[in-house]
Amino acid sequence: MNKSKINLDSWTARNRKNSVHLKYWSAAWLVSMALAAFGPKYIWDFNALLTIFAVIISIEVVGTMIVTTKRYLSGLDEMHQKIFREVSAITLGTGVVCGNSYELLEDIKLISFEPEISHLIILICLTFLAAMIVGHRDYR
Amino acid sequence: MKNRLKVLRAERDWTQARLAVELEVSRQTINAIEKGRFDPSLTLAFKVAGLFKMSIEEIFQCGE
Repeated sequence: MNKSKINLDSWTARNRKNSVHLKYWSAAWLVSMALAAFGPKYIWDFNALLTIFAVIISIEVVGTMIVTTKRYLSGLDEMHQKIFREVSAITLGTGVVCGNSYELLEDIKLISFEPEISHLIILICLTFLAAMIVGHRDYR
Repeated sequence: MKNRLKVLRAERDWTQARLAVELEVSRQTINAIEKGRFDPSLTLAFKVAGLFKMSIEEIFQCGE
């Protein structure tokens, strides 16, 4: 059982570590986005240098978060990688199709308000969540 | 794809969690394979065969 214990320690511990890293970098991304979005107005009164600095920090954090996500996915086992691929495909398809249609609705005057990117992000998040739940249920 | 994973595991008195540790996958993946809901890759099938010291054909059979 020693070998099993070692395997458990290495594989599970690695996954847990990847998961924690992803959580921290996601939080860092959120903070950097908030800083870039609200900092100019509420903290440094639209100082161009500080705004550029905040945007560069945000881009750096996004880059690291993407690498961390890739590492997290590589650490998953093959079934969970498959579920994630399927969920990503559904989410991407829904996002592209609904995003284009949403934009078109305003162009052809079927809606009177300007389409907001936040609406699309909410749709993408909900689609991802629903697809993930269904995906895991399918293989249970 | 049918398989004898559950029987082979039971013969050794192993839990799904123990087998998952041996194969470096999650317990959910072992459960899905045993229930025939997920077909393992060739790499994982070879790993299973190696662990039980059998050929792949003795563990996995094609068809429903």
